[in-house]
Amino acid sequence: MLSNFKRGVAAAVVGLATTLLTSNAMAAWDELNLPKGVTPISREVYDLHMLMLWICVIIGIVVFGAMFISMVLHRKAAGHKPAHFHHSTVAEIAWTIIPFAILVGFAIPATKTLLFMEDTSEADITIKVTGYQWLWKYEYVEDGVSFYSSLAQSSREGIYGDPWAVENYLLEVDNPVVLPVGKKVRLLLTADDVIHAWWVPALGQKKDAIPGFVNEIWTIIEEPGTYRGQCAELCGKDHGFMPIVVEAKSDDEYKQWVAAYKAEQKTQLAAAPVASQ
Amino acid sequence: MSSDITASDSHHAHDEHHDHGPPAGLSRWIFTTNHKDIGTLYLLFALLMLMVGGALAMGIRLELFEPGLQFVNPDFFNQLTTMHALIMVFGAIMPAFVGFANWQVPLMVGAPDMALPRMNNWSFWILPFAFTLLGSTFFMEGGAPAAGWTMYPPLVLQGAGNVPFMIFAIHLLGMSSIMGAINIIVTIVNMRAPGMTLLKMPLFVWTWFITAFLLVAAMPVFAGAVTMLLTDRFFDTTFFSAAGGGDPVLYQHVFWFFGHPEVYIMILPAFGIVSEIIPTFSRKPLFGYESMVYASASIAFLSFIVWAHHMFTVGMPLAAELFFMYSTMLIAVPTGVKVFNWVATMWRGSMTFETPMLFALGFVILFTIGGFSGLMLAITPADFQYHDTYFVVAHFHYVLVTGALFGILAGAYYWLPKWTGHMYDESLGKWHFWVSTISVNVLFFPQHFLGLAGMPRRIPDYAVQFADWNMVSSIGGFVFGLAQVLFCYIVWKTIRGGEQATDQVWEGAHGLEWTLSSPPPYHTFVEAPEVR
Repeated sequence: MLSNFKRGVAAAVVGLATTLLTSNAMAAWDELNLPKGVTPISREVYDLHMLMLWICVIIGIVVFGAMFISMVLHRKAAGHKPAHFHHSTVAEIAWTIIPFAILVGFAIPATKTLLFMEDTSEADITIKVTGYQWLWKYEYVEDGVSFYSSLAQSSREGIYGDPWAVENYLLEVDNPVVLPVGKKVRLLLTADDVIHAWWVPALGQKKDAIPGFVNEIWTIIEEPGTYRGQCAELCGKDHGFMPIVVEAKSDDEYKQWVAAYKAEQKTQLAAAPVASQ
Repeated sequence: MSSDITASDSHHAHDEHHDHGPPAGLSRWIFTTNHKDIGTLYLLFALLMLMVGGALAMGIRLELFEPGLQFVNPDFFNQLTTMHALIMVFGAIMPAFVGFANWQVPLMVGAPDMALPRMNNWSFWILPFAFTLLGSTFFMEGGAPAAGWTMYPPLVLQGAGNVPFMIFAIHLLGMSSIMGAINIIVTIVNMRAPGMTLLKMPLFVWTWFITAFLLVAAMPVFAGAVTMLLTDRFFDTTFFSAAGGGDPVLYQHVFWFFGHPEVYIMILPAFGIVSEIIPTFSRKPLFGYESMVYASASIAFLSFIVWAHHMFTVGMPLAAELFFMYSTMLIAVPTGVKVFNWVATMWRGSMTFETPMLFALGFVILFTIGGFSGLMLAITPADFQYHDTYFVVAHFHYVLVTGALFGILAGAYYWLPKWTGHMYDESLGKWHFWVSTISVNVLFFPQHFLGLAGMPRRIPDYAVQFADWNMVSSIGGFVFGLAQVLFCYIVWKTIRGGEQATDQVWEGAHGLEWTLSSPPPYHTFVEAPEVR
């Protein structure tokens, strides 16, 4: 019969293997890790994240490795007799100074990235985003476009039905935010009722939307495409049901969209003058 | 006052004639001022609350097993997450550590009891009353609080009848903690046996000494924060309303000024427990005792200047974001020092792996993993991607479950033979450890992936790309929950009987508590012991 210790190790290996080898673990690194994203900010943040992750993995291997070696070699059952040492000023100083130095090594690129993220000056377009319970409102300040954006009907039908049958379940809206690629977009965030938060992982930005206050973030989307995010601050019962969809188009397509939108708004106003008041 | 002194003198004289144990029946437990009884009450209460909080977690993981809503509606889901956290933090983890303090601090310093035994009784009996108040909100119109255990306004002020009940429960819990902390400080300062200098105290006593100061400093701030919620809700103040000249973010600053020391309150005693256990089962003294004391004190001091790392996305000025990033990273240094000292204690020891040691070693490894995710969270620009996602949920469950809870379980196995006089069933204990350790990692490790992949926290339903890891996590949760039912059985079985424990119990155990019989007499160290 295996000793208790060996049985324990076997159990741990089996458990770990089972966790890691489920079909999805080996499927896509994407499902395990932060996305690189499509903006200069998101790429810098990804690099910071990977730096932290690798250093932590290395430190983990060293520390846990030492522990496992000790657990195998320094066992009473293996006949090992205990040593008596119980202090070393040199060791204490070394394992204070070296981690401190590693932290300084992290702090420098992190500071650079934070300074980069905080500079919202010289934006090309500005959009005011307002969080409501439980939807978003977008107002394009320069272009005069304004609309509400809430969870798509297809998703609503899936909640108590079959989510797997819905495309982009819980990440689809009726009116997405259309943005031009390659332009600096400044987003002003506020809320009407409680605190919400606007977050699109592919853009690398998240900020709280606080009633009575205005927060600012900026982004430059480098690749056209559709990017999906969610509200990221508990805001009541439908906190999980107020997603964000950003459609990034070329600058020309964006201008066409603005023109078409304004034309449609004009037609609607002309058709129902009484209703507009 | 002199009449009190006379009364206790004659009471002791009375004792020498009758060697009476505790009175029989329920009134023993209601009126006890004995630190051992009060410790037992805290520990059993905490175990009950662990199961209640755990049941709520099972509800959460059941709903999150698959996408779509199958079992609960979104508002009730928010009640589950809110109450799960409040019950675990204030009903399970904190009272468990106070239970350990009550049993162990007087024994470890050679004192006959706590400094203020009657206040000690009241500190405990507030708890069942407070949790009845809090739990009753599930049954009232509008349901239990559902704005998260952090209770941010304006959302929390949209709550119905549960708001005042929750706030009053918190006031009561704060009073209990503050009174308990005062008792611990006074006992340690005034009642150590002659010869037990501060730097000869066991590390568990040191970590509780430091924790008690954190409690006294932080709990009143929490009381202030929730009182401002109460007045904003009922008495027309506008502390947290922009329309009235206030700011919702003010609440977050006040709350987290309490909240961050609170998490160190929940981990420092575990550090102390592990620092007792590893030397015993390595048959080697704790490495770097003084360093460990200074590291614990540094952690406590630093814990007051990091709070806004919980709020990196509120829109603070750049200087504040940088300051809190640096201070938060800094706290990793003394924490790392402690981990290295534990490893150095093991190194070239002569180890055996009974259940307390298994949980203590599991603590060191898994708490360190929680520390790594914490370090990642400290980096402000990266935190913008992690904040309010399952990456944070994974981090704090690693430090609180495989950290604080494993520390509690380690201490329970370590000291149960001393408290009850019976050895627990070692084979069952090992089963509990291995099933818990494997399942807790299946439960929480995938949550790192979910957070990085973009899943926010506090949502009852999710996009289908998150389905696989949620299912894995839920399975881990169900198994972990069952394993804790096994622990309840082990505790019950040990109380009822088992192999008679010796005084020393463990071959490598050193300290005043191991000089007493197992179980110790109802009153111990009536005469102060000699400490060399």
